[in-house]
Amino acid sequence: MKIGALKEIFSGEKRVALTPDSAIQLQKLGHDCLIESGSGMAAGFSDEQYKAAGVEISTNAEELTKTSDVIVKVLPPSEAEINRFSSTKILISFFYPGANKALLEIAKSKDASVIAMDMVPRISRAQKMDALSSMANISGYRAVIEAGNNFGRFFTGQMTAAGKVPPAKVLVVGAGVAGLAAIGTSTSLGAITYAFDVRPEVAEQVESMGAEFVFLDFADEQTNNGSSGGYAAVSSPEFTNAQLSKFREIAPDIDIVITTALIPNREAPELWTSDMVASMKPGSVIVDLAAEKGGNCKLTVLDERIVTDNGVIIIGYTDFPSRMAAQASTLYASNIRHMISDLTPEKDGVIVHNMEDDVIRGATVTHNGEITFPPPPPKIQAIAAAPKERVPDKTPEEIRANEIAAFKKQTKNQIILLVVGGALMFLVGSYAPASFMQHFIVFILSIFVGFQVIWNVSHSLHTPLMAATNAISSIIILGAILQISSTSSLVIILASISIFFAGINIFGGFIVTRRMLAMFQKS
Amino acid sequence: MEMGFTSAVYVLAAILFILSLGGLSGQESAKRAVWYGITGMALAVSATLLGPGLGLWWLSLVLISAGGLVGYQLASKVGMTQMPELVAGMHTLVGLAAVFVGFNTHFELVNIAYMDDAAKKTLEGFSALLAKKSSIEINILRVETSLGIWIGAVTFTGSLIAYGKLAGKVTSAATKLPGGHFLNAAAAILSVLSMAWYLNSGELLSMIILMIMALFIGYHLIMGIGGADMPVVVSMLNSYSGWAAAAIGFSLGNDLLIVVGALVGSSGAILSYIMCKAMNRSFVSVILGGFGGSSGPQMEIKGNQVAIDADGVATMLNDAESIVIIPGYGMAVAQAQQSVAELARKLRAQGKNVRFAIHPVAGRLPGHMNVLLAEARVPYDIVMEMDEINDDFPDTDVAIVIGSNDIVNPAAQDDPNSPIAGMPVLECWKAKHVFVSKRGEGTGYSGIENPLFFKENTRMFYGDAKESLDKLLPLIE
Repeated sequence: MKIGALKEIFSGEKRVALTPDSAIQLQKLGHDCLIESGSGMAAGFSDEQYKAAGVEISTNAEELTKTSDVIVKVLPPSEAEINRFSSTKILISFFYPGANKALLEIAKSKDASVIAMDMVPRISRAQKMDALSSMANISGYRAVIEAGNNFGRFFTGQMTAAGKVPPAKVLVVGAGVAGLAAIGTSTSLGAITYAFDVRPEVAEQVESMGAEFVFLDFADEQTNNGSSGGYAAVSSPEFTNAQLSKFREIAPDIDIVITTALIPNREAPELWTSDMVASMKPGSVIVDLAAEKGGNCKLTVLDERIVTDNGVIIIGYTDFPSRMAAQASTLYASNIRHMISDLTPEKDGVIVHNMEDDVIRGATVTHNGEITFPPPPPKIQAIAAAPKERVPDKTPEEIRANEIAAFKKQTKNQIILLVVGGALMFLVGSYAPASFMQHFIVFILSIFVGFQVIWNVSHSLHTPLMAATNAISSIIILGAILQISSTSSLVIILASISIFFAGINIFGGFIVTRRMLAMFQKS
Repeated sequence: MEMGFTSAVYVLAAILFILSLGGLSGQESAKRAVWYGITGMALAVSATLLGPGLGLWWLSLVLISAGGLVGYQLASKVGMTQMPELVAGMHTLVGLAAVFVGFNTHFELVNIAYMDDAAKKTLEGFSALLAKKSSIEINILRVETSLGIWIGAVTFTGSLIAYGKLAGKVTSAATKLPGGHFLNAAAAILSVLSMAWYLNSGELLSMIILMIMALFIGYHLIMGIGGADMPVVVSMLNSYSGWAAAAIGFSLGNDLLIVVGALVGSSGAILSYIMCKAMNRSFVSVILGGFGGSSGPQMEIKGNQVAIDADGVATMLNDAESIVIIPGYGMAVAQAQQSVAELARKLRAQGKNVRFAIHPVAGRLPGHMNVLLAEARVPYDIVMEMDEINDDFPDTDVAIVIGSNDIVNPAAQDDPNSPIAGMPVLECWKAKHVFVSKRGEGTGYSGIENPLFFKENTRMFYGDAKESLDKLLPLIE
């Protein structure tokens, strides 16, 4: 099949859906690749590089759409673009079907299949094609860089000859993919980083990235056991109040705020209110990654950098991935490549649009002249398991009490064993003849000694122990030696065989034990 | 020689044996301990030869030397991976010897019964001892003898089957004859009946029935136990061979036999207990075969197994700081211990923290992995037990699983319906990255799916363990 990549026509969009690297991978799957001339220029990929990777260059978007079977893009197509589609064509791009009903209708009327990269279900298997995460990762990184660009001080604290520089304090609100990327970037630049999320189960991830999780004094903690597919859900009013008052408390101390809080299919929640902005120091920076959905801060202006009256800079850009076009294109093209790889199960260049597959079904929004959005819930519900209940640490008193209880139990067990054992002994002793009892006592004592001694044997020496006990269990040879002087020839024969066998065992067992022990050595 | 002298040497020998087992508590003292054992055995045999066993001593000496020669040949040639077979094979010999000695006691008893008092006085050695017994003592003797024969016979066939399974000559899957445990129970009841019959009549036939029943039980019991439970089986048979010796010791009135038999018996019993505990299963459920029934459907496994090639593994290993290697039976099968050791050596030469994590039931014999690693010259102080290393996994960069499966199965902790639920496992999935060297996408010996292979931080390094490692070795810088 022919896979064609269209040039992005939206002004300022620098990304491209096909890179020379991904083209090579796609050709391995048996596909041919085309690209519209100049598509990769803004991301740093020249037509020559594409040609070298075996990609055919097409000068005309219309022509390319006609010859390709699969058209790949970054942003949703314009009406003009989608009007060129005909049946059996497959479009793979971001599509935002929830917001682009009209576009969806056109795609349906053209009988084309549309796979929306933003609709890839969030399950483990589909992570490799989760373009939203790839882009969010870049946004998070770029948000910190952008903030640093606008922030007049160092991130890291320094002790210079000219005086002390305090470290910057960064607060990241929302620990999704973008939030975690921002946390990682910020901590690696040396800032003191705080992070907050309504899902307490992500605290561990936040702390693993080196940030401090901001806990609320809120008794009835939110429970989110993955029922919203790994995204945050709407908070209760009480929770929101607790959260806002916590933010208000720390706002004057924070130099940089990066907000990433989004709730699927809703306007972004307001988390950073005007009074918090007012309480911040001049020169502080707010980067609002939720600007597209109205912003987590209501002062944010879409796609603008503004400065408030008290000198706080608020950045509302929405094109962070495009600002890192080379990186973003590499990742996006790779997501696309994985998607096509799943669509080509036999790796023979034949696309199989399998609507039974959870991932493909979830991402497909039109197929065979029908709108297939919204998708049914995936068969596999995944992501976070229910958080385990935290077991409170035991106090020293409790530990002590447990120890005493264990000791008492042990004592009781030992006494019971002794009494029962003693009674049994007495029973045996009162019936059996004295000659038997003599041996019996030896027997019991030996078992006792055996138990005491064997418990101390190191685990790593269990095999030598078995070989050694095997060797000494051939002590049975003594019995055979005693019997061999019999008058009966049958007895002599059997005893001889026994001696022979036991002889094998004694020598074999001890030699093997010695061989094994000689191998154990210290470093 | 006097009886007093023999007894004195016996006491010395018994003490030496106890010291010998006690010395196995550490690798260094163990090297001395084995000499205690050898000395004890030499003292015991020579004292018996010089003392009560003086008749036909030259035949005994010839036979011991011949046996010694065979034993020497066997023990010097055997590879460390074949150790489980060897140990099981040697148990058959002890079992068989116990059966023969038991029958001899019976024959002597019958001989004496036909003698008159004058003839009895001319007897010497063992028969003389028997002749002095009263009727109650003879009854006790019969019980002891039949017990010795019974345990010996069970040990014999049981070890034979265990040997076959370990050597791959008998299928390692659990197989049972139709009738299952009823057959075992019937054989056990018949054994008790024939023992009672022997007690009353002293008939040879009853002893033979007893032996046949015991042979059957040994065969059928071990056939019904799967490959993964072999560590328990081998240590159990080890224990049995001890009890057989002790029972024979009773019937011969020989204290040294009793002492050593009891030592070996309790040693094997403790090992079995440790193994069972490591699998979180009761001894009875292992012996009766099969895993305990699960109470519901097993957890569904999500995700897919992601493969990786040698280059990928090498890159990760070169970047890693701390590495834990988890060997299992697959390493023994592929004879990969030398390559594993070489890998560890190379990584250690780069200053990385490399350690081995050994699960108590890894392999087919208690401590099997330790011996294999020791053979490949891995220093024992970087070989850790499960309890020592389990807490360190979260701080580990790379965990490499080589040929183990059930002992690293997170379902044991996460899935209450898993057949191995509650079994302590090595928590390698807590490491940052896990590589699993495995032949293919199959399940382990117990046929349980392993969610570890589907985890996000797990990469599957498919192929024969040795070949995979040999591909990997040159890539480690």
